[in-house]
Order: sequence, then structure tokens, then C-alpha cells
Amino acid sequence: MAGLAYDVAHLLAGTTLLMSFALLYQRRLSAVVKVFAIQGLVIALAAAWQAHVQAATHLYLTAAIAFGLKTVVIPVALNRIIRRLGIHRTIETALGIAPTMLAGVALVALTILLVLPIAAGSALLTREIIAIALAVVLLGLLMMITRRNAVTQVIGFMSLENGLILAAVGVQGMPLVVEMSVAFSVLVAFLIFGVFFFQIRERFDSLELHYLEDVRDRGP
Amino acid sequence: MTVIAQVVHLVLIVALAPAITGLVRWVKARALGRAGPAPWQPYRDLRRLMLKTPIVAETSGPLYTAVPYLQLAAIWLAAAMVPAFTYDLPLAQAGDLIVLAGILGLSRFLLALAGLDAGTAFGGIGSSRELMIGALAEPAMLLVVFTVAVLVHTTSLPAISAHFIAQPVGLRVSLGMALVAIVIVAVAENGRIPIDNPATHLELTMVHEAMVLDYSGRHLAAIELASMLKLVVWLSLIQALFVPFGMAGAALTALALPIFVAKLAAGAVALALFEVGIAKMRVFRYPEFLGGAVVLGMLATIYLYVSHGF
Amino acid sequence: MLTGLALADLGFLVLAGLGLAAIRLGARATAIVCLGSTILCAANAAMALAALWTPAAEQLRLPIGFALGWTVLALDPLSAYFLLVVNLVGAIVSLYAVAHEHGEAQPARRLVPFQLFLFGLNLVPLAADAFSFLVAWEFMSLASWALILARPDDPAARRAAQIYLVMAVAGALALLVAFGLMAGGLDRYDFAALRAQRAGSLVVFVLVLFGAGSKAGLVPLHAWLPLAHPAAPSHVSALMSGAMTKIALYAVIRLVFDLNGQPAWWWGGILLVLGAGTALVGVLFALIERDMKTALAWSTIENIGIIAGALGLSLAFAGSGLAALAGLALTAALVHALNHALFKSLSFMGAGAVLHATGSRDLEQLGGLGRVMPQTGWVFLVAALALAALPPLNGFAGEWLLFQALIGGIALPSPMLKFILPVVAGAFALTAALAAAAACRLYGIAFLGRPRSPAAAAAHEVAPAMRLAMAVAAGLCLLFGLFPAAVAGLAGPAVVQMLGPPAAPVVALPFASLVAGNTAYVATALALAGLALAAIVLMAAGRLSPMPARRAPAWDCGFPDIRPATQYTAASLTQPLRRVFGRTAFVARESVAMPEPGDMAPARHTLAVADRLWQGIYLRIDQGIELVATQAARLQQLTIRGHLMLMFAALVILLAAVVVSR
Repeated sequence: MAGLAYDVAHLLAGTTLLMSFALLYQRRLSAVVKVFAIQGLVIALAAAWQAHVQAATHLYLTAAIAFGLKTVVIPVALNRIIRRLGIHRTIETALGIAPTMLAGVALVALTILLVLPIAAGSALLTREIIAIALAVVLLGLLMMITRRNAVTQVIGFMSLENGLILAAVGVQGMPLVVEMSVAFSVLVAFLIFGVFFFQIRERFDSLELHYLEDVRDRGP
Repeated sequence: MTVIAQVVHLVLIVALAPAITGLVRWVKARALGRAGPAPWQPYRDLRRLMLKTPIVAETSGPLYTAVPYLQLAAIWLAAAMVPAFTYDLPLAQAGDLIVLAGILGLSRFLLALAGLDAGTAFGGIGSSRELMIGALAEPAMLLVVFTVAVLVHTTSLPAISAHFIAQPVGLRVSLGMALVAIVIVAVAENGRIPIDNPATHLELTMVHEAMVLDYSGRHLAAIELASMLKLVVWLSLIQALFVPFGMAGAALTALALPIFVAKLAAGAVALALFEVGIAKMRVFRYPEFLGGAVVLGMLATIYLYVSHGF
Repeated sequence: MLTGLALADLGFLVLAGLGLAAIRLGARATAIVCLGSTILCAANAAMALAALWTPAAEQLRLPIGFALGWTVLALDPLSAYFLLVVNLVGAIVSLYAVAHEHGEAQPARRLVPFQLFLFGLNLVPLAADAFSFLVAWEFMSLASWALILARPDDPAARRAAQIYLVMAVAGALALLVAFGLMAGGLDRYDFAALRAQRAGSLVVFVLVLFGAGSKAGLVPLHAWLPLAHPAAPSHVSALMSGAMTKIALYAVIRLVFDLNGQPAWWWGGILLVLGAGTALVGVLFALIERDMKTALAWSTIENIGIIAGALGLSLAFAGSGLAALAGLALTAALVHALNHALFKSLSFMGAGAVLHATGSRDLEQLGGLGRVMPQTGWVFLVAALALAALPPLNGFAGEWLLFQALIGGIALPSPMLKFILPVVAGAFALTAALAAAAACRLYGIAFLGRPRSPAAAAAHEVAPAMRLAMAVAAGLCLLFGLFPAAVAGLAGPAVVQMLGPPAAPVVALPFASLVAGNTAYVATALALAGLALAAIVLMAAGRLSPMPARRAPAWDCGFPDIRPATQYTAASLTQPLRRVFGRTAFVARESVAMPEPGDMAPARHTLAVADRLWQGIYLRIDQGIELVATQAARLQQLTIRGHLMLMFAALVILLAAVVVSR
């Protein structure tokens, strides 16, 4: 059982990381949303698996929230917005796809070098999960930096939050997991709609953020 | 005994290669709702090509007519080095994964030269693109080798197969990543969708077909057979690295041969279904696609360090 | 043996003197001088081989000296190995020169420095004290500088010579300081005394990397190399790329592995990363350069990167106490050094033959040469396969050993290095693949297809001596490719000398195969099997397909165009790769000037490529010097009192420094 518990958790954590890279790889907005939904699903599965292994019922709630919000509600909403706005299906990148991915690998290596000595005493799985969670967080940040489009920035932020959830569920005895996940999800939802409402109200033709920068440059 | 196995293997793969390609085409046609030619159609095609008069471009030199045969021999040699129904093959002991990559590189090099020899525009297009694809696929391939070597501490193919048969590994994420990476490399090396469309004759999208555009008759037959064999090389490489189960060792088992053929057929069907579901890429998306394979290869190694510790 | 080598080395000086006399005597004397150096080099190579066969350390103290009254010469396996490399190339290239020099104006301009160059190249590995080492080093540098200036009316050559001289002087200075630091307070500068010190100083390591690395062409000290190597006559380019860069690597091995003492593992890491970077930069420029010889010079940089990477890996292993793996990596470096010396001199001789036959080394002016000069074409194909690092040629053997060493690197204890390793392995794999593309371009554009200029169409086969030299080199490339273990066996004594007996390379006998861990590369068996399969394929084709082939115009998808301009060019062949790497690696700018509709002017496509490192480092340094110089020029305007004050201030500061350092 211990072997299987480790293997499945290992697989799910690895898949989460892989999905972060898939997010960096995708060029089309609709595909990005799809990959994000898959990552949400994987996170939900990871939470459910931990709930099962640790026999911690509250983690099932986390799993349900992650599934409901990340896999169903937010992707559907995003897709609807994308369709209604008819935005350009191609993401404008600040840095090319291949350099971004290489930077991503460098970040992963960095986190592992960082985490392994710190968590040297703890269990193998804990160590690994923390390393991957931190990597997912950094990749989310990387995505926010290197993509110009507002939608992808929001997705980058949410994927960053996925990393936090992964860390929270993977490490035994972490309190407040449920509360944290709810709070973050609400925050994210707020952020998305805030950005969109703001932008739609300002009647921009595009969701490219440099328009916003232009506004800032012009001053009041 | 091992020499007999090697000879059987050599004959088997060359006899089987057209059927595997035929199977891919047949499944693809069925999945698209067409009747499609029978899986053994490639045998008929090869025979017909052999009987035609080969026409050689006036502007080409002696290398041009030699390349099809040399290239076929190189790929056949590469195929002979990959463990198939048994890993106890003499030629598989004579080289390793890196030598295998080198021999496949040799065949690509020769073909790219042939594309340039007639001095035509399309030959040049094909060679140019083939060189780019090869250059980008090779690092990914080597990183996969690296991942496997971290686990098994060798690059010798028989040793890797034997290792994975002896101690089956569980759900290894890094192996999964390496598998995806090598599938991407295999797709690129074989000129399948989304990198190249083997069925196209639309000039601007051709890669492999453009390179061999001026070949005909038995030369074209040799090149076609070589590309069919190449598919078998990659399918058997993937099975030898990732699903070597059922493979025999020094002592042959009765089931080993049918299992090997079944694995090849399964790979062919999977390839056909994959190709049906995906669209061809623009040429300048290749670097990203193959770069993805490179990144996966690196991640696989790094991930292995995490789960193994140092 | 050592006496023989030393005497033979003096023979080059005699030949240089004869070369001076040959101005009067004419073409025949020129040929005799070149033949003389062929024989001397061949004799040296044979003696070096004998010294490797029965490894022993010999020493010779000559009572003539440059500064200390003594000159110490020594012969050990490491110097014997590099003497072999130098003299194999030297013999072949001198043979080539017999015909190459024929009919050239002012033969003495090349003949004399050429012999002096060979003298210097032979003396560096023999020198066993710092002074004679540096003097030999300078001989080598200045003779090659004079050879670059062989055609002083060529402005490109003059510029190349100037930059080369600056780099050579800076490099020699760094080596001088390195020797000084190694000797420390000692007054003895012979290698035995230095070896007894073995301080393991980092500063010495960095200075050696600068001094010898600049001669070898390590990035970012490479900028002179693609200018200087092609500017010389082709046989000299071959000697510079094939032999001189190897002597620079010899200096790295001698000073870092032998004299400086136990390195820390991370020095090796630095060299490994530098090597990988060098290899990538070199191959990327080799891929886009349209001048044949310049492309070959860039490819030299690439191969130096591969060897330097292997040396770095070996240092890292040695610093971590993994002797067997350190031996594997050092073997990779030495094997590739010999192999590269051979195939690079072969390709430079091939480029020289092309230049001789067509008067051009611009790839866009060539094409179809394989049909008008078939023998040169076939040997160049061998060179191209070796350049491409493909089996069964000798370029592959060293790379195979390097990859095995890289994979063995997972045994390293340092996590940092473990993370660098896959990246470096990927970089070297990319290098190998790009090198194949670059070699394909060199051979395919120059020798295949249709001639792109009347000169290429009217080309003719070159003189027999040149063909013979190239055939010998090509034969050796094939031989060493089929028996890679023979080269590893030659390198064995040197590896053992540097790293101790556990590091000896493993060679399995029946097929003379290379072995690393439980993996083997049996080139002979694979080549035989490949030949057998090719024979089967040919026979089957003959039996099953009876129709004779017919020649007809190329079909080209229904658009046969007789104009050669419709072929792919050297620039367009690697355009996709240039586009992939164009933004990051080099500053490639493409622009298309399309005339207005109705305008009859042709559309123009222009491509400008610049070296990011050249712009980023060298020009900055140049500007810095300019700035300092203009500031310093102001000092000349001072009054006498001002000058005196300067001197006084300098004196006081010096005295104060003495007090402080006490």
C-alpha cells in the first residue's frame, strides 16, 4: 500500500508539473484554458488521493472545490468570455516559447537544488512534493511575466495557486487547507472578473496588457 | 544460436516493414471513413517500382545512385541493433544507443546529400528542412538516453531491456516523460504528422518527399523500403526501452516472436490514430514541438534526481 | 629517442635556411625543401610512435640556454602523443605543400616561416623548462603570424594578422605570469621543480585558460581564429587548425593536469561549461558562413570546445576522486585531438584544392565540383563525414567516448554538476547534429549540384602530390575510424601518466573495440555488417530489377529550370536553422527590398550576421582602450613640474606599498 500510495502521488505531482510546462508551451488561448482545466483536475485527484491515503475527510472537500472551480466553472467562464470577446486566439509572448520552456527547466532545477538540502530529513514524498509545488509556483510566475495577454496572466496566477494547493495537500498535518483553497479561489475569481470588467468597461479592443501600460504612461 | 536469431531478426524486420506501414495506412483510411488499400499494398508498390525503368537526373553524380542502397543498408543495420523478440543479438552488443543515433544520423546525412545532388529546387527544400529537424531531434534523443542511463547505468540496449524485464518499474513519472519525448522524436524522425505528411505531394509542405522527388524505379523502392524500415526501428526501439516485457533472453521462448509482432502492430495502430487526430504544423512551429521534447527529456532527468535523491 | 627528436627539430632550422637559399634556386628547390620537411615530420612521427610503444621518461639538459644557462628537453608519453599529432599533420601538409607551392610567387615568404613554424610546433612538447617552453611558444606564434602575412597586399589578411598578434602576445603574457606564479619564490623553472611545488592555484588555472585557451580558440577568446586561420595559405591553415590548436591543448593538459597540482572539482565544471559554449558557438557560425575556409575555422572552434569539455569533465572526475571516469574523459579528449587534427587538415587541404582549381572559396560560387574533380570530391566526402561526427569515421569515436563520460557523470557527488550534466549533454548532442548539417552544407553545396559560376564549371583536378597528401589523410581518417581503440591505445600511456594506472582506457581486443563501463563500440564489426548488408541490398536490386537506368533531365516536380540559380544556395540551405537560432546566438538581420509594382528593378534580399561576443566584448575593450589612451595622451601636455610630480608620486606609492607588504 505504501508503495502504491507513493507511486500515485508521485505520478499526480509529476503530471501537475508537466501541465505547467504544457501551459507554457501552448500558443492558443483556448488550448491554454483546456490545459489549465486538466491541471485543475489533476490537483483535485491529488487532493482526493491524499484524502484517501491520510484518511482526512476535509481534503475531499478541497478536492471537490478544486474540481468544481478549476475544472468546470472557471474554464467554462473563461471560454465564454474568450468567445464573446472574439479575442485573438494567439497569445502574444514577451519571450519565445522555447526560451521560456528552457527558463522553466532552469527554475525547476533551481527549486530542487533549493529544497532538497532543506528538507533532507523529511520523507521522500514530502521532499519531492515541496520541490514540485515550489516549481509549479515559479512556473506560474514565469507565465505571468512572459505572456502579454491578460487572460494568460490570470491563468498563470491560478496555476501558481495550484502549486500552493499541491503543497498543502501533499504534506501531512497541514491545517487550514480547505479555507486556504476557498480563499484563494475566490480571490482568483475576483481578479479575473475585476480585470475583465475593467477592461470591457474601458472598451479596449484587445486584452493585450500593453494598452494598459499606454494608459499608465499617459498619466491622469 | 545468437547468430541464427540475428539472421532471423534481419529477415523478419525487412519482410515485416511494408506490412507495418501498410497497416498504418489502412487504419488511417478506416478511421477517416475510407475503404483504403489493403495492408499488403506496399509490397505490390515495391514490386511495381522494382520493375520500372529507373530514370536518373542528368545533372547528378555517382553518389546519387549509390545513396538509396547505402541508406537502406544503414537503416537495416540500425534495425538489427535494436532488441526485438530477443535482446541477445550480436549486433546489439556491438554498439549502443549513441551508436544507433549515429547510424541513423548517417542515413539522414546521405539522403540530404542526395537531395542536393541533382541541383533542383525541391531537393534543396527537402534537405534543408530535414537537416533542421534532425538537428533539433538529436538533443531530445540524447536526453532520453541520459534519463534511461541514470536509471540503468548503461547505454547498451540489451542491458537496458534485460534490466527492465528483470525488475519491472512502477509508475515512474520520469520514464513517462522520457516516453513522450522519444515519441515526439520518433514522429519527427519518421516524417509523420504533425512534422511531415508522408502522403502529401503538395510541394511547399513536403520534407522527405521533396528530398527524394527525382528518384524513380528501384532507387525509389530502396528509399521507400528504408523509410518503412525506419518506422520499424523506432517502434522496436520504443518497445525495447519502455515495454520490453515478453522479450526473450539467451533462451528463446515460443511466445517471444508473436508478442514482438503484436507490439509492432499495436504501435502502428496507435500511430495511425494519433495522426488522424492531429493537424500538420507550420515549419516554424517545429522548433517548439521538438524543443518540448528536449524540455521533457531534461525534466525527466531532473525529476529522477528528485525521486532518487542524490 | 629524445636526442633523435631534438636533432630532427634542428633539421627544420636547416630547412628554413635552405628555404632562404631557394629564392635563387627556383621551384625545384622549393619542392625539395617541402619534401625534406615531409621526411623529417614522418621520422619524428615514427619516433614518437616508438616512444609511445615503450613508454619511458627521458631528459636532456643542454648547456645552451635562453636565460638560465640550461635548456631542459624531456620526452614523456604526453609529449610523445602530441608530437605524434603534430608530425602526422606536418608530414601530410608538407607533402601537400610540395605541389601547392609550385608556381606561387615569392616562395620564401611562406617557405621559411613554414619551417620555423614546424620547428616551434615540435619544440613546445619537448620543452621541459618554462623558458624554452615560452620561447618555443613564441616561435610558433610568430612564424604563423608571418604566414598569415604571406600576402601582405590583402587587407583582410593584414587585419587578421594584427588581431592575431595582439591575442598571441596577450596569451603568451598570461602563460608567462602563470609560470612565474607556479615557480613562486623558487629560482628554478624546469618542469621537475615546478612539479615538486604543485600548489594547485586557481589563479594559475585561470591564466592558463586565458593563455592557452586563446591560442586554442576557446569562447570568448576565439575572435581571432576565424579571421587568422583562413587568411593563411591552405596548407598553413591546415597546420594551424590541425596542429597548433592541439599544442595549445597540450599546454592546458601539461600545466593544469601535470604541473599545477590537484584541482578542485568545480574548475572542471567551469571548463566543461566553457567547452560546451565554445562548441555551440563554433558550430552555429560554421553553419552560416559562406566562405569555405572560414566555415572550417569555425568548425575548429567547435571541436576545440568538445575537447575542452572532455578535459573539464576529466578534471571534475579527478577532483572528485573518480579515476576511471577521469581516464575515460581524458581519453576522449586525446582521441578527439588526434582525430580532429587529421580530419580538419584534410578538409583544409580539400578547401585549398577547391581554391586552387576555381580561384574561389565562396560557397555560392561553387557547385558540381564532384564531377570535374572526382578524387578531391571523394576525399572531401570522407572529411565531411568525419566533420559530421558520423560512424564509421574517426570524428565519431571521440564523441562517443565523451558521451559515455558524460553519462558516467551521474556518479559525481556534486548536485550542481549533476544538474549541469544533462544540459551539457544536450548541448553537445545539438552540436553534433548541427555539425552534421554544416558538413552536409560544405560538401553538398561545393561538390554536388550544378556549378554556380563559370569558374566552378571549368575547374580541373589538382596536382598529384596534393591528391596524394589528401588521400593519405583520408586513409588515416578511415583507419582510425574503423579501429578507434588503436587511437585510445596510443593515448593510454599519456592518460596513465596524468591520472595514474586506474585511469587507463579499456580496450577489448578481438575487434579492437572501445569500451566504457559495460558498453562497447565495435566499429569494425558494425562496418563489416553494414558492408555485408549493402552488398545484399545491391545484389537483390540487381537480381529483382533488371531494367537498365536511363538518364534524363531532372524532373523537379514539373518545373525543370536549366539555370543553376534555381538551386538551393549555401545561405538558403541552413536558413531554417539560422532562423531558429538567429535571435539568440548571433545577430542575424534579414531584409527584403521589394520594388514597387511596375518597377523593373530586381528585389534584393540582404543578410547581415554579426558575432554577439565580438560586439559585446571585443569592441567594448577596444573602446575602453581608446578612452584610456585619450586620457593618457593628456599627460603629455603637462609641464616639467607636472612630470616630476608624477614620478615623485609613483615613487612614494611604491615605497608605501613595500612598507605595507612587509
